[in-house]
Amino acid sequence: MKITPEIIDKHGIKPDEYKKIISLIGKKPNLLELGIFSAMWNEHCSYKSSKKYLKTLPTKNKKVIQGPGENAGVVDIGDNDAIVFKIESHNHPSYIEPYQGAATGVGGILRDIFTMGARPIATLNSIHFGNHEHSKTKNLLNGVVSGIGGYGNCIGIPTVGGEVKFDSSYNENILVNAMAVGLVKKNKIFYSKAKGINKPVIYIGSKTGRDGIHGASMASVEFDKNAEEKKPTVQVGDPFTEKLLLEACLELMKDDSIISIQDMGAAGLTSSSVEMAAKGNLGIEINLDKVPCREEKMTPYEMMLSESQERMLLILNSEKVENAKKIFKKWELDFSIIGKTTSSKNLVLNFNGKEVANLPLSSLSTDVPVYDRKWRKSIVPKKINSRKDFKSFKIIDSLKKILMSPNNSEKSWIWEQYDQTVMGDTVQKPGGDSAVVRIHGKNKGVAITVDSSAHYCLANPMVGGKQVVCEAWRNLISVGANPIAITNCLNFGNPEKDKIMGQFVESIDGISQACTYLDFPVVSGNVSFYNETQNKAISPTPTIGAVGVIKNLDYMLTKNFKEVGSYILVVGKTLGHLHQSEFFREVVKINDGPPPEVNLFNEKNNGTFIQTLISKKLLNSVHDISSGGILVALSEMCIFGKIGAKIKIPQDSISPHEYLFAEDQSRYLIEVNNKNKDEVSKILEKNGIFYEVIGKTQRDSLDLYKEFDIKLNNLYKLNSFWFKNYFKEN
Amino acid sequence: MKSSVIVFPGSNCDRDIAVALEKFQINNQMVWHNETNLPKSDLVILPGGFSYGDYLRTGCIASKSRIMHDIIKHANGGGLILGICNGFQILIEIGLLPGVLLRNKKLRFVSKNVYLKVINIENQFCLSCVKKNIIELPIAHNEGNYFADDKILQNLEDNNLIAFKYCDEKGNISNNSNPNGSSNNIAGILNNSKNILGMMPHPERLIDPILSGEDGSMIFESLLKSQ
Repeated sequence: MKITPEIIDKHGIKPDEYKKIISLIGKKPNLLELGIFSAMWNEHCSYKSSKKYLKTLPTKNKKVIQGPGENAGVVDIGDNDAIVFKIESHNHPSYIEPYQGAATGVGGILRDIFTMGARPIATLNSIHFGNHEHSKTKNLLNGVVSGIGGYGNCIGIPTVGGEVKFDSSYNENILVNAMAVGLVKKNKIFYSKAKGINKPVIYIGSKTGRDGIHGASMASVEFDKNAEEKKPTVQVGDPFTEKLLLEACLELMKDDSIISIQDMGAAGLTSSSVEMAAKGNLGIEINLDKVPCREEKMTPYEMMLSESQERMLLILNSEKVENAKKIFKKWELDFSIIGKTTSSKNLVLNFNGKEVANLPLSSLSTDVPVYDRKWRKSIVPKKINSRKDFKSFKIIDSLKKILMSPNNSEKSWIWEQYDQTVMGDTVQKPGGDSAVVRIHGKNKGVAITVDSSAHYCLANPMVGGKQVVCEAWRNLISVGANPIAITNCLNFGNPEKDKIMGQFVESIDGISQACTYLDFPVVSGNVSFYNETQNKAISPTPTIGAVGVIKNLDYMLTKNFKEVGSYILVVGKTLGHLHQSEFFREVVKINDGPPPEVNLFNEKNNGTFIQTLISKKLLNSVHDISSGGILVALSEMCIFGKIGAKIKIPQDSISPHEYLFAEDQSRYLIEVNNKNKDEVSKILEKNGIFYEVIGKTQRDSLDLYKEFDIKLNNLYKLNSFWFKNYFKEN
Repeated sequence: MKSSVIVFPGSNCDRDIAVALEKFQINNQMVWHNETNLPKSDLVILPGGFSYGDYLRTGCIASKSRIMHDIIKHANGGGLILGICNGFQILIEIGLLPGVLLRNKKLRFVSKNVYLKVINIENQFCLSCVKKNIIELPIAHNEGNYFADDKILQNLEDNNLIAFKYCDEKGNISNNSNPNGSSNNIAGILNNSKNILGMMPHPERLIDPILSGEDGSMIFESLLKSQ
């Protein structure tokens, strides 16, 4: 078949990129080779627009065992234990087919974890939908939540946390970001880098079908006259097979059979074989006749570009092949030797006794184009007359409105569809500042959170990027953890537009500043560009997944108030910043203005002293103050603890609305028992940490001096009303 | 006491139950579904999970496993069998317990802690519940809506074969405290000879104060007592 400019275009390859391909390989590519280039040179696999900036992120410190570039990042948590984690997007497929899109998002990220030799111990997710009144939102939300649950519940990994947000910028582009965390012994980590010549290359897992073939529409028209054989481009997940694959892989990983292992994720067999061989500076030869196929007469093009799920590629020590075969037979999975490593540094594909592709691996890895795209700085909005009179917005009515809004409602409608407690180690379930999962068999835990702040990032991408890292850090501190590292999922619009590229560049700058200052490196992640429909892009949404360690679970804290009669303190200074706050958005209906400033010094300092107080067992409970400000945070502590509070605003330099609803950063609410009050004050004062006593806990109601007194039951009803009402389950 | 936990492809609470048995010093071994000889056991446990991915019908394919011949023999000889969640579904598919487990009334997976009233405290699985007959345990299932015809339900009620009913914190049994639509709020049932218990809630997940409770311990303590 002749390669026409139309075919090149349909493969997403630009004319100048095609020229570069010819010069790199010294010939015109055939169709299969062109398909391979399109899979490896696309934005998703090559990071060609983002690479330049991703390089600027801090990725190392003494706890980082593996940074970006592997299937997932790995950090040291002591006692020969290591945590493997990563977050990844599955945005586009989830919009087309919410159940399968979300399910395979979970399946894909889990494979990244157990490919490294780790047993997955938790998943989390960050999901963003359009306005709740948009016609598609309800169906998409329902489908995505069932899909996440459908996969995670079946494979038996607890879903322990996440976030759900609604905003009209996601009307035509929802976000589904899935994070997974695994546990591995430090000396049993597996990598994807191939080693040794003439080693068997083995295909394991499900059979290859025609699902998820990149550019399936084109492929069908050009090569397949049978229209009924067209299959959707969204992959279909089978969590049962993945469970078998997980157990079989972990069984095989008990000894040293495996030289290297890579899951077949995006771009399937193509990217897995290329990455393994390229990293090892070797060549690889594959006989496509040996690939287990689900359907008849599959072509090399289809096999190389299929994204069928639940598949892996292994390179084994030759003498271990028979034993490995037995294990996969026991688990009833396909096991096929499909090729070998070579010294050629080329990818060679054979089919029906003929060579059908031969490409230098460097052309698919190191020589992939990198772009320095044009970008422009975002225009940062100014504060508009923030001294506005808010008296017409009664405080109690404003609080009710915020607690009843979709974004601030309690989300049990969602998390009750996820198995949160399978594996028997979930210590803090969804609803807290961070999830906490016990290290199996030990009194040690890993705290995990996932956060994003798209409103802030839209208003000021640099400050927003900084803020979201700090919020994740604060969420870990609040449960008593020592923050270790993050993974990021960078969701943006079309990077070919200078405005979008600017949002990306500035967000990265903010993330980088915060991570550097807090010694909170980025160890894995993913970039999702082109979240844009008909010229309307999503708000820039960098999502941060973060992990920390709690060395002794006796020191873990929750946000629930614990006892009546203890003091409530606000740690950190409340300046009264209301722009981009929930109060402005939900109540006053002002959407512009800058996000709150982030002072990294205060962030680190306040957090460090909260840690000090926790380590001395001086606190009953801690909650970070974020979306909604002090009053919303306080309400949550009351609702979850079933204990009320009596409070009075301790200062009058700002208005009550500013004090109660401001979203100034670096602040915590803490509950302190009477007997510890003096010592807590002393430590904070001695170290120059700003704090204010705002009241005490009491029975049954939340009482604000001279303003309102509301029963906890009513508070809970307001906060848990929205989802049930939306799905008509009241 | 000696126990055997049967592991099917897709079981995912097998480790959790093994950890619980170990904690209560019950001498346990894991038995692969494809075995034909059940090791000598006082207690057989069919764990939770998604055996065979719930394909065809929950518990259906697992009920045809090679090990089942010996399990039925064990049951008929009066040996103890505990089926939890998917294990309960399998027991029903084998025919060792009556009725069916339908999809939850709201057609959604439900995962949360629920309260149970221990209705029968004289069977070997619930002896320890004499000290506390309203217990809290997690459920996590998609098909836990127990259904049977009136005759079966009547037989279960008349012969005290209902082990647990869903209730509220105070022990009230009502529609409001029914998480999945089960007939008569049934959460677990016994066979006529009371040596087989099938239950949807997961006692093995709540045996540690740090996991927000330890009411599950009572099931294991009862088993130890029953020896």
